[in-house]
Amino acid sequence: MIKSVWHYCRAAFAPGRRVQTCLWGLAAIIGSAVGIAATVMNVASAGDHDFPVSADISGRLVIQSTTDYVIFSPVIEAFQQRWPDVLITYNELTTNELNNAVEHACDQNRFLGDLVISSSIDQQLKLVNDGCAQSPGPRVGASLPDWAKWRDELFGLTYEPAVTVYNKAFFADRKAPQNRFDLIDLLRESDTFRAKVGSYDIETSGVGYLFAFQDAIQASTWGRLVEGLGRNEAQLFCCTGEILERVADGRLLLGYNVLGSYALSRIGRDDRVGLVLPSDYTLIMSRAAFISRDAQQPGLARAFIDFMLSPPGRAILARDAGLLSPIDGPDRLAQLVGKAKGADPQELRPIALTPALMVGLDQAKRNIFLQQWRAALPPRHLSRHP
Amino acid sequence: MKPALVPASTNPRQSVAVRLGMAMAVILAVVLLGTIFAANKYGQDAADETFDRLLRGAALQIAERILVTDGHANVDLPVSAFELLSLARTDRIFYRIIGPDGKTLTGYGDLPLPKDDKGRADQTYNTRYKGADVRAYLLRRQLAERFVSGDVKVIVAQTTTERVALARSITTQAVLTIAAAGIVLLLLVVVVMRIALRPLARVERTILDRDVNDLSPIDIAAPAEVAVLLAAINRFMRRLDRRIEAMQNFVADAAHQIRTPITALRAQLQLALDEDDPVVLARLHKRLHERTVGLGRLADQLLSHALIAHRADMAVSQELDLRRIALEAEREIRAVSDEFIQVELPDEPVAIKGDPISLREAVKNLLNNALKHGGLPVSLVVTPAQNGHACLLVRDTGAGISPEISCRIGERFASNGIGPDSAGLGLSIVSAVASSHGAVLVRRCTDDGFEIGLEFSVTAS
Repeated sequence: MIKSVWHYCRAAFAPGRRVQTCLWGLAAIIGSAVGIAATVMNVASAGDHDFPVSADISGRLVIQSTTDYVIFSPVIEAFQQRWPDVLITYNELTTNELNNAVEHACDQNRFLGDLVISSSIDQQLKLVNDGCAQSPGPRVGASLPDWAKWRDELFGLTYEPAVTVYNKAFFADRKAPQNRFDLIDLLRESDTFRAKVGSYDIETSGVGYLFAFQDAIQASTWGRLVEGLGRNEAQLFCCTGEILERVADGRLLLGYNVLGSYALSRIGRDDRVGLVLPSDYTLIMSRAAFISRDAQQPGLARAFIDFMLSPPGRAILARDAGLLSPIDGPDRLAQLVGKAKGADPQELRPIALTPALMVGLDQAKRNIFLQQWRAALPPRHLSRHP
Repeated sequence: MKPALVPASTNPRQSVAVRLGMAMAVILAVVLLGTIFAANKYGQDAADETFDRLLRGAALQIAERILVTDGHANVDLPVSAFELLSLARTDRIFYRIIGPDGKTLTGYGDLPLPKDDKGRADQTYNTRYKGADVRAYLLRRQLAERFVSGDVKVIVAQTTTERVALARSITTQAVLTIAAAGIVLLLLVVVVMRIALRPLARVERTILDRDVNDLSPIDIAAPAEVAVLLAAINRFMRRLDRRIEAMQNFVADAAHQIRTPITALRAQLQLALDEDDPVVLARLHKRLHERTVGLGRLADQLLSHALIAHRADMAVSQELDLRRIALEAEREIRAVSDEFIQVELPDEPVAIKGDPISLREAVKNLLNNALKHGGLPVSLVVTPAQNGHACLLVRDTGAGISPEISCRIGERFASNGIGPDSAGLGLSIVSAVASSHGAVLVRRCTDDGFEIGLEFSVTAS
C-alpha cells in the first residue's frame, strides 16, 4: 500500500515557517546532495517521509518504523530542532513488512535503515537475538527499567497498555466490565453482545497476537474468554483505529485488548468511548527500537533514542502522540485514567523484553496457538475490513 | 670526630634487604602467575557448569513437550524454558528441534550440530552461529509411538557473554585476593627484614661509635649468623692490635737499644779525635771497630726480631724438612764465621710445618750464641722423629745459660739493657719463633756441656 508522501521542509529564507509544497525539486536536490543510493530510494518508496533541512547536511538518519507517521512527526521535528543539519527519512511499514525487510537486509548485511522501531516487540527481539542490532553503549537507556531493555541493544520507548474500550451510551446505566471475569460473565449473559464485541485479528495483527499470547501465559481466563468471544461471534480487526471507530458509533459495544495509546488519545477528544484498564491485570507493551547492525549513522540513531528517552522527548511524545514512556509510564497512566492505584505492579504487567518472547514466534507454537484460536473463532466470523 | 656513617664504597646492590625483597617479589610473581592460570581454569569451569545447567534444564523442559499428533512429531515450546535461559540476561538464545526423519521441526534450521556426534549420549559443545561464539546442548528424546519412532533432537544454544563475564569475574576476584595477599606479604617481608637485620645495624653503630684507637673485641649480643661475622671482625682486630703493638714495641726497643751503643760510639770517637798517642789511638780504633761490629749485629738482630714478629702473623705456614733448615742455617753461619760446626742429621726427612725464614733466623741465633758464649766445638743436631716429636738442638761444651738470663727468656728482649754481645737478644728471637710455631724451647745441661733447641710436632708424612 503506497501511502501519500509528505514533505516538510524549513526554508532558509523563511525561518520557522513550514511550506507544505516545498517540494519534489528541492527534495531531489537535497537527495542528490547527500548521495542517496538508488536502492535506498526504492526501498524508501513505500510510505517514507523525508524531513529535510536547508542548512548544510551532516548526515541522514533513516528510521524504519511501524508507528503512524502522524504520531511520530512531532518528535522528529523536535529532534531536528536540536540537530538542524540532520536529514531524517521516516519510512512507515506494517509490522510484518518491516520484519521481513529488516530480516532480509540483515541476512545480506545490507543497509536498510539506521533505526528500527516496531510495536511488534517479539519480532524486534528476535531480530536483535539474530544479531541484526548493534549496541550504542551501556549508557543509553540507563534510566529504563530492566524489563524495557535487552542486551543494551533493544530499548522500549513507549508504555502502552492493552485496554478494554466500551460504548459509553450503552454502558450508561450499567457498569462496564472492570476485569476479564466481568467480561466473561457478560459474554455468557445473553445474546446482547453477539457480533458486538471487537478485538484484534491475531492472525494478521502482530500486536494482537502478542497480547493474545501473553494473555494465554498470564492467566487461566484466556480459554474461557476465547470461548466467550467465539460464542458471541466477536468481530476481528486488523487495527485499533477501526475498533475504536465502531465502538464510538455503536456498531460495537466492547473492544477487547485495544492498544491503549490510541484509545487514550481517542477518549481525550471523543466522549462516546470509555476506557478500562482491566483490574485483574493490564498488559503493558513497550514499542521497541534498536540500531541496525549495518547502520550508516549509528551515532545519530543513538542520539535519537537518547532524545526519545530524555525529558523533553518524553514530554513531546506524551503531549502530541499520547505515548507514555516506560520511565514514568505507571505514574502518568494513573493520572490519565484517574486511578489512584494505577501504579500497582500486580495490576500492570509489562511485557518484558526477554528471549521468552520468541516462543510466541516459534512456528510450531504459533500453529498450535492459532489452532486453538480458530477452533473458537472460525475464520467465517472474520469481518473483512480493508 | 666520628667518621662518616655510610662508607662511600657501599654498593646498594649488595644490600641483603634488596636481595631478599627481590627474591620474594620473584617468588610472589611466580605464585601470582600460577594463581591466574589456576583461577582462570577454575573460573571457566565454574561458569561453564553454571550455565550448562541452564541449557540442560531448558532442553529437558522442551523435550518434555514433544508430542505426536496425527502421526507427526511436534513440539509445543514451553515459555518457561526460555525464561530459564533468559536468566543469563544478555545472552542470545538459539534452538532447533529435529524430528526423527532428520527434518528440522522448528527453530533455527541452520544451527550447527556437534562435529563429533557421540551417538546416543546427550552432549554439550561449542560452535559459532550468527557471528557469535555459542555453547550448545544437544538432547535426544526417543519416540516410540505407533507411527513415529526414532530420536527427536533438541538443541538449545546460548551465546557466551554471561559465562565469559562470570568466569572473568571469578578469576578477577581470585587474582585480586592473591595480589592483595601478595602485597601484604611483601610489606611483612620488609618489616621482618628490618627486624632481622637490626643486629647488623647495631654492630655497625657500635663500631662507628668506638674510639679510633679502641681495638678491643666487640662484645654485644648478636644472633648466631651475626656472631660469626662479629667473631671474624674480632679476630681481625686482634691481629691488627698485635701488629700495632709489635710495631710500637719495635720502635721503642730499637730506639732504646740503638741509642746507648751510638752514644758510647760517639764518646769513643771523641776520645779518638782528641788522642795523639798512636798506641792509645790504635787501641781506641780496635775498640771502635768492636763497637761498630756489635752495633751492626744489634741492628741485624733488631731487624731480625721485627721480621720474625711480622712473619709470625703474616707468613704462610708450609711443609718443610727440618734437616734442610739446619743445613741452610749452618751454611749461612759458616759464611761469616771461621769456627767449625759439626752437623748431625737423621737419614729420614723430618717434616714439620712452619716458616723457613723465621726458623732459619732462630737456628742462626742459637748457633751464634753457642759460638760466642759456649765452649767449642759446637754441633747442630736434628733428632729423628719420635712419638710425633722431633728436635733441632745446638750443643756446645760450655756451662750453659746463666740462670738470670734463662729465666728472662721470652721477655721483651731489650727491656733490660742486655748488651749487643749478650745471648739474651738471640734467645728472645728463638723464643718468639718457638711460640709462633707451637714449638717448645728446650734447654738442658748435658754430661759434657749444654744443649738448647726447639722441639717440634712432626706432621704425618
